[in-house]
Amino acid sequence: MKLLTHNILTSKCLKGVTVGYPLGIVAKEVKVNEVEFNPEFISRMIQKVDWPALCKAAENLGHLDNLPPAVVDDYENNEDFLKKAHHFLMEIEVINGDLICPETGRKFPVTDGIPNMLANEDEV
Amino acid sequence: MMDKIETPDLSHISSSDYENVYEPAEDSFLMLDALESEIPYIKAIKPTICLEIGSGSGIVLTGLAKCLGSGCAYFSVDINSHAAQVTRKTASRNCVSLEVVNCDLVGPFLSRIQNEIDVLVFNPPYVPTDESEIDPKSPIALSWAGGLRGRKVMDRLFPLIPQIMSPNGTFYLLIVKENDEDDIFKVMKSYKWHGSVIMERKAGREYLKVLKFKHVQM
Repeated sequence: MKLLTHNILTSKCLKGVTVGYPLGIVAKEVKVNEVEFNPEFISRMIQKVDWPALCKAAENLGHLDNLPPAVVDDYENNEDFLKKAHHFLMEIEVINGDLICPETGRKFPVTDGIPNMLANEDEV
Repeated sequence: MMDKIETPDLSHISSSDYENVYEPAEDSFLMLDALESEIPYIKAIKPTICLEIGSGSGIVLTGLAKCLGSGCAYFSVDINSHAAQVTRKTASRNCVSLEVVNCDLVGPFLSRIQNEIDVLVFNPPYVPTDESEIDPKSPIALSWAGGLRGRKVMDRLFPLIPQIMSPNGTFYLLIVKENDEDDIFKVMKSYKWHGSVIMERKAGREYLKVLKFKHVQM
């Protein structure tokens, strides 16, 4: 599960959850891959990314160093910023661990890179 | 030249995998052919997010992602955790980067991807079945058992389309004749989404069709 994916996952489908975002991360195994940098694509994705949630996720993983605390002005033309955004969104992957609902503490396991967001019948 | 969808390599998937994961069949290949015919259209809308619901083996999303390339983010969801794992392996085997989530439809994404999905692909459980036929513990039955008129699962997705699709987004849905395309068109029209049949094929006893939906400004 890349941090890009974590950025768009919520536990809102659970009963009694109002926002369910961002999900906490407790990672047991994290991989850093090299992924082809596409500045135009990253530029477009940044518009959809919740940057504070990305920072929180990086912090949960102990990978916070180097991540800019906010989206800079004119980021589309700032290759250094785009490269950092690319690294955090696309190159850091949680392989095993848990995602945690911020309101109920309910854990959603991540196994072999795949988060299991299935809820039981009594939870929806 | 670059508008061809190559059939992904599935040699890593074993027969025991296929006990729990839908093995690509005529419907999967029809969807691949339909999407191939749509590649120029899809490229023209410059998609940023593509999502496939019920990716199964991963054959369709992997084929699409390989063709469209790295300018887009690809997400797969599957309610079947075996399928989710196989999809991930299929992507990796074919050197394609896509993200997989094990969940029911788009529930966990809903509040964060409002009007963000540019291409949505769904080959749903479409076989009309009796409620009693479906063993909820059988992952493979989840891939084909569609309840009354085969509409049980896809009917849950239709009301979400206006919420999740981007203004120029396109939704591709595979159905069989029994699912009643006229009724589906009527339901989607009530959400201001216009549908058409873009490809069809008779495969054994099944009359398969791929429907394409776009938002219509009124």
